Amino acid sequence: MAEMRREYILNAVIVAALFAVPLWALMAGEPFIITLATRVALLALAAVGLNIALGLGGMVSFGHALYFGIGGYAAGILAHHAFSGTPVAFGIPGTNQMLVIWAVAMGLSGLVALAVGALSLRTSGIFFIMITLAFAQMGFFFTLSWPAYGGEDGLPIFVRNQFPGVNTMLPWELFLLSFAVLLAALGLFAVLRAARFGAALMAIRQNPDRAAAVGISPFGVKLTAFVISGMLTGLAGAMMADLTRFTSPAMMAWTMSGELIVIILLGGVGRLCGPVVGAAILVGFETLFGGWTEHWQLWLGLVLLGAVLFARGGVIGLLAGREGHG
Amino acid sequence: MSLALMLEQLLNGVQFGLMLFLMSAGLTLVFGVMGLINLAHGSLYMIGAFLCAAVAGATGNFWLGLMAGIAAAAAAGALIEVTILRRLYARDHLDQVLATFALILILSEGVRIIFGPFPLYLNVPDMLRGSVDLGITQYSRYRLALIGFGIAVAVGLWLLISRTRLGIQIRAGESDREMIAALGVNIRWLYTVVFALGAALAGMAGALVGAIQSVQVGMGEPVLILAFVVIVIGGIGSIKGAMVGALLVGVIDTMGRFLLPRAFATFMEPSQAMGVGAALASMLIYVLMALVLILRPKGLFPAHG
Repeated sequence: MAEMRREYILNAVIVAALFAVPLWALMAGEPFIITLATRVALLALAAVGLNIALGLGGMVSFGHALYFGIGGYAAGILAHHAFSGTPVAFGIPGTNQMLVIWAVAMGLSGLVALAVGALSLRTSGIFFIMITLAFAQMGFFFTLSWPAYGGEDGLPIFVRNQFPGVNTMLPWELFLLSFAVLLAALGLFAVLRAARFGAALMAIRQNPDRAAAVGISPFGVKLTAFVISGMLTGLAGAMMADLTRFTSPAMMAWTMSGELIVIILLGGVGRLCGPVVGAAILVGFETLFGGWTEHWQLWLGLVLLGAVLFARGGVIGLLAGREGHG
Repeated sequence: MSLALMLEQLLNGVQFGLMLFLMSAGLTLVFGVMGLINLAHGSLYMIGAFLCAAVAGATGNFWLGLMAGIAAAAAAGALIEVTILRRLYARDHLDQVLATFALILILSEGVRIIFGPFPLYLNVPDMLRGSVDLGITQYSRYRLALIGFGIAVAVGLWLLISRTRLGIQIRAGESDREMIAALGVNIRWLYTVVFALGAALAGMAGALVGAIQSVQVGMGEPVLILAFVVIVIGGIGSIKGAMVGALLVGVIDTMGRFLLPRAFATFMEPSQAMGVGAALASMLIYVLMALVLILRPKGLFPAHG
C-alpha cells in the first residue's frame, strides 16, 4: 500500500511539473519551451491511447502510428478544404473548428481500429505485432503515393484551427488546451482501469483461458479496448498536426509506432503517468542532446537498451516500486 | 505493353525476391531457433553494404568488398548476440522489440560516425557490366548474376540445413531447445553460430544490392520490414516458407507497380491512373500479408506442425 501511495504522489508531481515548466517559460518569455511542453503533452496523449491496448490489455500494437496519422490527416484535409473553400467530397465542406476535427479524427480512427482490431485479434504474439505493423504500412504507403493531399511532401495547415474561447495561435493557450485534453485522457485511463472493464481486460492479459472460464469474452473486451486506444491516439494526431501545422506520411511511419512503444516502456508499461514521463524523456533527449551532438540517437539507443536490460518497469517502476495489482 | 517488358519486370521481381530471401532466411532462423524478434537485422544488411562499398572503393575489387561485407556482418552479428541479444531470449516480445529498436539507433549512428553522413557508391564488377541477350529482350548481366547467386545460396543453405550435423542441430533446436541442450549440444555456441550465419546472409544481401542502389544509413529498415512480411507470409521458422514468401513478395510488388497503373489507365485518365495505381501497388504486399494471416494465422508453411 505504501507503494501505491508513493505512485499517487509521484503522479501528482509529474502532472504538476508538466504544468509548472511551461508556466515558468511563460514568465521568462521562452515560447519555445512552451511549445516543447505542448509536444510532450500530445505525444503523451498518443501514448496514453496505446497504453490502454498495450499496458492494460497486453496487445503489443506495432502500428499505432496509423491512428496518429489518420488523426493528422483528418485535421490537415479538413483545414485544407476550409482554407480553399472547396468541399471534401459529396458537398461536405471543410472546417477549421477543432471540436469538429477532433470528432472526425476520433470517429475515423475508431472505425479503422475496429476493422484492424477485428482482423488482427484473431492472431497473437509476434503475428499480432506484424499484422498491426502491416496495416500501418498500408496507410503509410497509401498517403505517400496518393497525390491529392501532397503525397510525400505532406500537407501544410496554413492557419491553425480554432477552438471556442481559445486563441490557438498563442503557445500558452494551445498548451493549456493540450494539457486539459491530456488530463481528461489520463482520467479516462484511470476510470477504465478501476472499472469492471479494466479488471476484465487485465484478467484476459494475465490468463485468457481463465477469464473465458468465468464468463468474460476475451475478443469483445480486447476489441473494445483496442478501439478506444486507437481513438485517443487519433485525437493526439489531430492535435499534433495543429501544433506543427503540418501533416505528412511520416506520422504513419513505423518508427512513429516504435517511438510510442518506447515512450510507454521508458515511463512504465501500464502505469497511469508512464506515458507523460516517457514523452518528457524522449523530447528532452531530442532537445538537449540534439543541440549538443548530431549523434544524439546513439545515446538514446544506449539509454533505451539499458532501460530494457536493467530497468524493467520504467521510471515509474524505479521510483514507485512494482505495481500493487495488474 | 510488350512481352519483352513483361519478362524484364518478371525477372526484376525474381531478383528482388531472391535478395529478400537472403534477408529473410536469417531472420526466420533466428526466430525459429531462439524465439527472438530481431529488428536490428536490417542494420546488419547496412553494415554488409557499407563494408563492401568501402573495401571495394579502396582496393578496386568488388569481390574483396563482398567478402569483407559478409565477414563484417557476421562478426557484428556474433558480437551483438554474445553481448546483448543472449539476455533477451527468455524475455517477452515487447522487450525484444524495444532492445533491437535501440540497437538500430546505435548501429545506424555508429555507421554514420565511421563512414560520414553521405551515401557511398558501389560499382558493379567489370565482368558483370552490360547486358545479356535473352532472345526477346536485353537484360542486365549483373541482375541476372544476382538471380544465379541467390539460387546458389538457397541450394547451399538447404544442403547445410538438411545434410550437415550443424543443420540437424538447428532443426532440433527449432523443435525443442531444452532437449538438445540435455543431449549435450552446446546451445549457447549453436545460438551464436545461427545468429552469425543469419547476419552473414543479411550482409551478403546488402553488399550485392549495394551495387544497384546507393549505400546509405537507413537502407536496411525498408528491407527489414519487407523481410518480416516475407517470413510472416511463409511461416515463421521455415526456410521453405521464406523462399516461397520472398518470391511472392518480390514478384507481386514488382509486377503490381508495373501493371496496376497501366490497368487503371484503361478506364481513367493517365495522370490520375498513375497516382491511384502506384498508391494501391505499394500497399499490395501488405494486403497479401494481412490476407494470409487472416486465412492461415501461422503462415503458409508453419514450422511447428
